[in-house]
Amino acid sequence: MEDTLTEKLTFKDFQSDQEVRWCPGCDDYVILRSMLKALPEMDVKKEDIVFISGIGCSSRFPYYVDCYGMHGIHGRAAAIASGVKLANNNLSVWMITGDGDSLAIGGNHFIHLLRRNLDINVILFNNEIYGLTKGQFSPTSVIGQKTKSSPYGNTQPPFQPGELAIGAQARFFARIGGNTPKEMSQLFIDAQKFKGTSLIEVMQNCVIFNDGCFTSITDKDVKEDQQIFLEHGKPMIFGKEHNKGLVLNGLKLEVVTIGENGITENDILVHDAKCEDPTLHQMLVRMSHPVAVGIIRSFEDLTFEERELELTKEVRKKSKFTKVDELFFSGDTYEVK
Amino acid sequence: MIIEKINGAGKVAKEVDAVVMRFVGDSGDGMQLTGTQFTDTSAMFGNDVATFPNYPSEIRAPQGSLYGVSGFQVHIGSVEISTPGDDLDLLVAMNPAALKTNISALKPGHMVIIDKDSFNEKNLEKAEYKSNPLEDGSLSNYKVIEVDMTSLTKEAVKGLTLDTKSIVRSKNMFALGMVYWMYNRDMNYTLDFFAKKFKYNPEVAESNARVLKAGYYYAETLELIPVAYKVAPSKMPKGTYRILNGNTATAWGFLAAAEKSGLELFLGSYPITPATDILHELVKHKHFGVKAFQAEDEIAGITSAIGAAFAGDLAITTTSGPGLALKSEAINLALMVELPLVIVDVQRGGPSTGLPTKTEQSDLLQALFGRNGESPVIVIAASTPADCFDYAYEAARLAVEFMTPVILLTDGYIANGSEPWKVKSINDMPVINVKKLDKSRESWHPYDRDVKTLARNWVIPGTKGFEHRIGGLEKDKITGNVSYNPENHEHMTHIRAEKVKGVENFIPELTADYAAEGDLLVVGWGGTFGSLHSAVKQMHNEGFKVGHAHFNYINPMPKNTLEVFSRFKKIVVCEINLGQLSFVLRSKYQGVEFHQYNKIQGLPFSVSDLVNQFKNILNS
Repeated sequence: MEDTLTEKLTFKDFQSDQEVRWCPGCDDYVILRSMLKALPEMDVKKEDIVFISGIGCSSRFPYYVDCYGMHGIHGRAAAIASGVKLANNNLSVWMITGDGDSLAIGGNHFIHLLRRNLDINVILFNNEIYGLTKGQFSPTSVIGQKTKSSPYGNTQPPFQPGELAIGAQARFFARIGGNTPKEMSQLFIDAQKFKGTSLIEVMQNCVIFNDGCFTSITDKDVKEDQQIFLEHGKPMIFGKEHNKGLVLNGLKLEVVTIGENGITENDILVHDAKCEDPTLHQMLVRMSHPVAVGIIRSFEDLTFEERELELTKEVRKKSKFTKVDELFFSGDTYEVK
Repeated sequence: MIIEKINGAGKVAKEVDAVVMRFVGDSGDGMQLTGTQFTDTSAMFGNDVATFPNYPSEIRAPQGSLYGVSGFQVHIGSVEISTPGDDLDLLVAMNPAALKTNISALKPGHMVIIDKDSFNEKNLEKAEYKSNPLEDGSLSNYKVIEVDMTSLTKEAVKGLTLDTKSIVRSKNMFALGMVYWMYNRDMNYTLDFFAKKFKYNPEVAESNARVLKAGYYYAETLELIPVAYKVAPSKMPKGTYRILNGNTATAWGFLAAAEKSGLELFLGSYPITPATDILHELVKHKHFGVKAFQAEDEIAGITSAIGAAFAGDLAITTTSGPGLALKSEAINLALMVELPLVIVDVQRGGPSTGLPTKTEQSDLLQALFGRNGESPVIVIAASTPADCFDYAYEAARLAVEFMTPVILLTDGYIANGSEPWKVKSINDMPVINVKKLDKSRESWHPYDRDVKTLARNWVIPGTKGFEHRIGGLEKDKITGNVSYNPENHEHMTHIRAEKVKGVENFIPELTADYAAEGDLLVVGWGGTFGSLHSAVKQMHNEGFKVGHAHFNYINPMPKNTLEVFSRFKKIVVCEINLGQLSFVLRSKYQGVEFHQYNKIQGLPFSVSDLVNQFKNILNS
C-alpha cells in the first residue's frame, strides 16, 4: 500500500473466474458489482486485499472476487479476519457476513471485533431470513414473520444491527438499501478510508424466502420519503420535495416540514457523524420513519493494531532480549561441571 | 516450644540418594512458592529434581477446609530423578486439614513438621477431626515436630509495621527456613528472590527474609531436629541448566521454532486451566514480535490463529480438554484449507468441567477422532516438563513442513511440574523448511503438492499474482476451487489421509529402553514417562527382562511399532484413562495381546504400584 499504483485496475481485474451462483434477482449481485466497481478506486494493491467470510449465502462472496480470500466457518469470520489483520497490518481486510452469521452464531465475535476496533471493513448482508438453510427466521426477522421455523409467526424480538453495533462501541456504522449500487460503492470506498472497524449494513432483499422485506423502505417510488440519506455536516433533510427535516423534540427525533409552522432550514439538525457521543447516532439508527441511511457514525479512534504495535515498540525499547537464546540463558541458570 | 515424639527409625543422619517431601497448607498459605523455592535452591546445589504441584481449583477456598488444601511435592536426588516420587520422607503440614489429607503418604517413622498454632478447635473441626491428632496418639507411627510457627513468625517480625495478615502469611517461610537447615541448603537464592520480588516493598522483603532466617536458626540453635538426610549433588551431564516447568517449556519451544523458521509467532488463546500459563508466558515476549491475542472465546482463539496462518504467521492456539471440544470444527477448517496450525491441549480431568486442576490423559481419542468427517490430524505428545520444549518445537516443524494442523498433547502433571532443563540454543535445533512461495511461476495452483511430503505451498496475501481463495468446502485437487465432484472428493479424502500417514517417514523410530527384547514391554505415552521409566528401571535393576516403549508420536505412529511389540512376550499399556491408547493399538495391531494398567484419580502413577502390577502380569 505504501507505493502508488502504476497501473489503474478495472472492474474486470477484480472479477474471479468462478461462476456466480446466487439466485437470479438477488441483491447480492448488486453488492458484488458495487464492490467490483469500488475496488479499483481504493488505491490499494489487489494482492493486499483479503476477503474473509463465514457461512451463508453472503459468505460465498470471496469466491467471486479475484483477491485473496477465505470462506470460513459459520459465525467465525470476525475472528479469522482479526487474525489476518493482526498478522499483517498492511492488508486491507474485508469481512463478508449475514444476519445469521454475525448476529446469531457469530454474535460474540462480532461484538468483540467492534469493541476492539481493528481496521477491518465489515459488510453485513441483512435479509432478515436464513437463506442457505432455506427459510428460517433470523435474529433480524420481525415479530410475526412467518417462516419455515415460525409457521405461526416469529415470537423472537429482532435486533437492530446498528443499535447492537453502536452498543458494542462501533466507531463506524453505515446503512444502505440493496438496490442503490452507486451509493453503496461510495460507502465501500469510505469504509476502506476509515481507520477502524467499519460496519456497513445492506438491507438486502432475498427474492426466494423473504421477498419484499424492505420494499416499503427501498422501492424507487417511496425511497425518497422513507429514507434519509445522512451526510456529515449537512442538515438532515429528506423527501421528494426536499422539504422534510429532523428536529429534536425533547429526547425524541421528530419529522417536520420546512415552511410549515414557521420552520426554516436553520431549525433542522445538522448531522455530526464524527462525534464520540453515540446518543444521537443510536436515535437515528432506531428511527423507523424515515429510515436513516448513509454514514450514521464515523468516530475516529485508535485501532487495536495501532495500540498493539505501539506497545510492542515500547516493550522492544526496554527489553534486553533480541534473540531467544538470550532469554534461555538468562536469569536463574546454573552450571553442572 | 518443640515437642519431639520419636517413633521408629530415622534419627541418625545418613546420606541417601533421594528425598521426597511435600509442603501442604491452605490454598492461600503460599505452599507453591515454598516448594518452588526449595526446588530451585536444590537444583542450584546440583540435585536432579522433579516437582508436582497439586492444588484445588478454588483460588482461595474457605480457610482450613479439607478441599482447600494446596500441596507442592518435590523429589530431589543425587541420582537421576524422573518423577516427583511416591511416598514421602518429609511432610510439612500447616494446618489440620493439610495433615489429614496428606499424612497417609508419609512413610512410617518419617518426619512431619506441624504448625501447632493452627491446631485450634475451629480448624480441627473444619478438618473433621474428632480429637486432636497431636494428642490422641494417632500419629504415633511418625516423628512429629510441633512448632508454634505462627507465634514464632510474629515474634520474628516485631518492630516492622506490617499488618497481622501479611505477617501470618509469611509463616510458610519459617517452614522453608527449617527445611533449608535440615538439608543443609543455602538461603541466599531465596533471600535474593525476596529482594527482587519486593523491590518496591522493602518492608515485605525484610519480613520474609527475617522469617526465613528465623526458621533456619530456630532449627539450628535448638538442635532439636537432627539433620536426618544428606542428599549430595547429582552427576548430570555437564552444561548450563535451569529449572523449567512444562508450560514454560512449551511456550519457549514455540519461541525457538518461530525464530528458527523466520516466522512471526501468533497465539490465539482463551484462558483455561491448566493451559493458561502458556499464554501468560508468551504475552511477555512482545520484544520477539510475539503476537499473543487473548480472544473472546476458545473458537476465536483458534480461528484467529487460522487467519494469522493464512496471512503467514506461525500460528498456535492453546487450550485444555473442554476447549479442544469447542475448537474441533475449526481444526477441520485448518485441515481443509491445509494451513499450518498447532493446537496445544494441556489435558486435565474430564469429562465436562471435570477436574480442572488435576491431571489425566483422557483427551487422546478426542484428539484423534473428535471431529466430523474424515479428519486426519498429526497428534504428538510431550512426556516430561522439559521435553515440552522439544515437542512444541516439533509440532511447529511438522505443521509448517506438512501444511496441516498438529495437536500437541501435554497434561496438567507435566505442565505444572518442573525439572532441570539442559538449556538448548536454537543453533542445536533442526531446520524448519517453510513452504512459502513468493516468486512468480509460470504455472501455479493453490493445491499443487510437494511430491515427498504432499504439502501444498503456502502463498500468503500480499504476494502479487497469486491471488486465490480457500475455504471449508471441498476443494478441487489442483485449483482449490469449490468442487462437488464425487471422484475428486474421494481423491482429496485419500490425499489428506496419506499426507498425515506419510509423516511416519520423517519421525524417529520407537525404541525400547532397558531391554530390546524380553518378558514384558511396558508401553505408555505422554506425561507418564517419568513414572514408567522409574518403575521399569527398578525392575531392570532387580533382574527382570522388562523394556519400556514410550510414544511421543501417536498419529502417525512410528513405522517399526509392531516390530518392537513382537520382541516381547507380554505387553502392558499404562495410561491415566480407561484405555484409550490400548483401544487404538488393538484396532491397529490386531492379533497382539495388550494388557492394561489404568488409573484415573486425577493423579500420576505411583512407581511402587506400577512395579507391583508389572510383577503380577509377569506371574500370571
